[in-house]
Amino acid sequence: MKISRQEVDRVARLARLKLDPEMAELLTGQMNDILTYMDKLTQLDTSGVPPTNHALELTGAMRPDQARPSLERQQGLANAADTDGQYFKVPRVI
Amino acid sequence: MQYEAVIGLEVHAQLLTESKIFCGCSTAFGQPPNSNTCPVCLGMPGVLPVLNRQVVEFAIAAALATNCTIAERSVWARKNYFYPDLPKGYQISQFEAPIAEHGWLDITVDGDQRRIGITRIHMEEDAGKLVHDDRDPVSYVDLNRTGTPLIEIVSEPDIRTPAEAATYLKTLRDILVYLEVCDGNMEEGSFRCDANVSIRPVGQQELGIRTELKNMNSFRNVAAALDYEIRRQRVVLEGGDAVVQETRLWDADAGKTHAMRGKEEAHDYRYFPDPDLLPLVIEPQWIQRVRDSLPELPAAKRSRFEDSYGLSAYDAEVLTASRAVADFFEATVQAGAEPKKAANWIMGELMGALKAESRQIGDSRVGPAELAGLIGLISDGTISGKMAKEVFGLMMSSGRPAAEIIKEKGLEQVSDAGELEAILRGIIEAHPKEAEAYRAGKKKLMGFFVGQVMKATKGQANPKLVNQLAAKLLGEG
Repeated sequence: MKISRQEVDRVARLARLKLDPEMAELLTGQMNDILTYMDKLTQLDTSGVPPTNHALELTGAMRPDQARPSLERQQGLANAADTDGQYFKVPRVI
Repeated sequence: MQYEAVIGLEVHAQLLTESKIFCGCSTAFGQPPNSNTCPVCLGMPGVLPVLNRQVVEFAIAAALATNCTIAERSVWARKNYFYPDLPKGYQISQFEAPIAEHGWLDITVDGDQRRIGITRIHMEEDAGKLVHDDRDPVSYVDLNRTGTPLIEIVSEPDIRTPAEAATYLKTLRDILVYLEVCDGNMEEGSFRCDANVSIRPVGQQELGIRTELKNMNSFRNVAAALDYEIRRQRVVLEGGDAVVQETRLWDADAGKTHAMRGKEEAHDYRYFPDPDLLPLVIEPQWIQRVRDSLPELPAAKRSRFEDSYGLSAYDAEVLTASRAVADFFEATVQAGAEPKKAANWIMGELMGALKAESRQIGDSRVGPAELAGLIGLISDGTISGKMAKEVFGLMMSSGRPAAEIIKEKGLEQVSDAGELEAILRGIIEAHPKEAEAYRAGKKKLMGFFVGQVMKATKGQANPKLVNQLAAKLLGEG
């Protein structure tokens, strides 16, 4: 087992995802399949191959330095777990 | 045992762009909390960053001005950490392939020049701001600053003393301000510095164990924090203990550094190339164009001011401290003022008056042409230097030219030899005893006669001329 059911539950909780037990079981199986497959990839000898940063041969596009309107604050705060109308409120971090 | 310190500095400079590095939100400082945010800088799912071209332009300018080699191809990386000031859970930065490397800056400390290597410059986004509540167990998050463009400039561990560190920082700050890529404000945090410091016995090659210092918001604090930390490490080593590699915070009020809790610095950033951003390729033509448009940098300007205007090193330093002051000085000379006199007026009266009014030199009521005009009126004898200071005060408060004020107030210097001679003769006649004493050898009395003329003319007599006339007339009799 690459990843346990407990780890899947924990990651789901951190990501604020609600999984019912069947879904959690299904995902645990699928994630193990994926991670096992990754093991197979690591068997390949890549010592002479330069790292690939990107699969695309393109280089980055850029935009001009122009400010445009931001979101209305209430919209920006709309998904916050807690807010005072101006700030995001989080459990104290210091 | 004799120890020496080994210091390397990491500087974060906020770039003066209109918009953020990966989205179009404004970078304006001091806005209501969370009013400059959008799905990109809030880290909403599914959004894509698009690089602000001006950020690259500014980074190229900073790299060229610090003698760095610019990478033709650089790569964006994700620096992962979990903290509420960073909504995405990672900071977009550059890691293995930064935009520039291998630069240097020359600094002068106590007359000695030293070259400090620059390891690298890379671009990244700034994080948000946290406000902690003293009473409630909550922190407030303002994401306006999230995504503000930064360059990080990392020095080689070439610095040996706190004074060198402060000078390096100031030199670097002046360059960035001259380039107009950063406003260099340490108090507001647009120019920030972390320091790595270790000590080793003099002569030893191997480096000691270092600590990282944070939270120093002025040049003076950087020097003070390093000074304290060097002494602290020496006490640790001399006590037979080992320095612990850790991050320490400078407490300016206590004048001490103290260790951050271990948890806060247990970092494993898991850097990897950001799949949302393609590699950045910079064409040589772009670099050349930026190189061609670089302004004259502070060190070059200083030596030019000394060479072509005959200014002292000190004067040149003061006048080139900002581009605006240097430009004002040159414009004043251009308008006909003698350089040394222009320098004295700008560094003395003008800067004093501006400081008293909390004005920038760009908003001065007396412009370069007006100042040159005033200096010209002293040179040609229209007013005395003493009068000129009064006139200057009136120019500053009214914004009117010198000639107009002088005329209106009747402040012209009396340089008419005939008129002054008549006054002087009257005074000599009225004071026969003093005239006698002078002629008998009490030459100090010259000052008395000159003073009397000045009094009679309400200070408007040309002092040089009065001295000449007095010597002549008193010599006659």
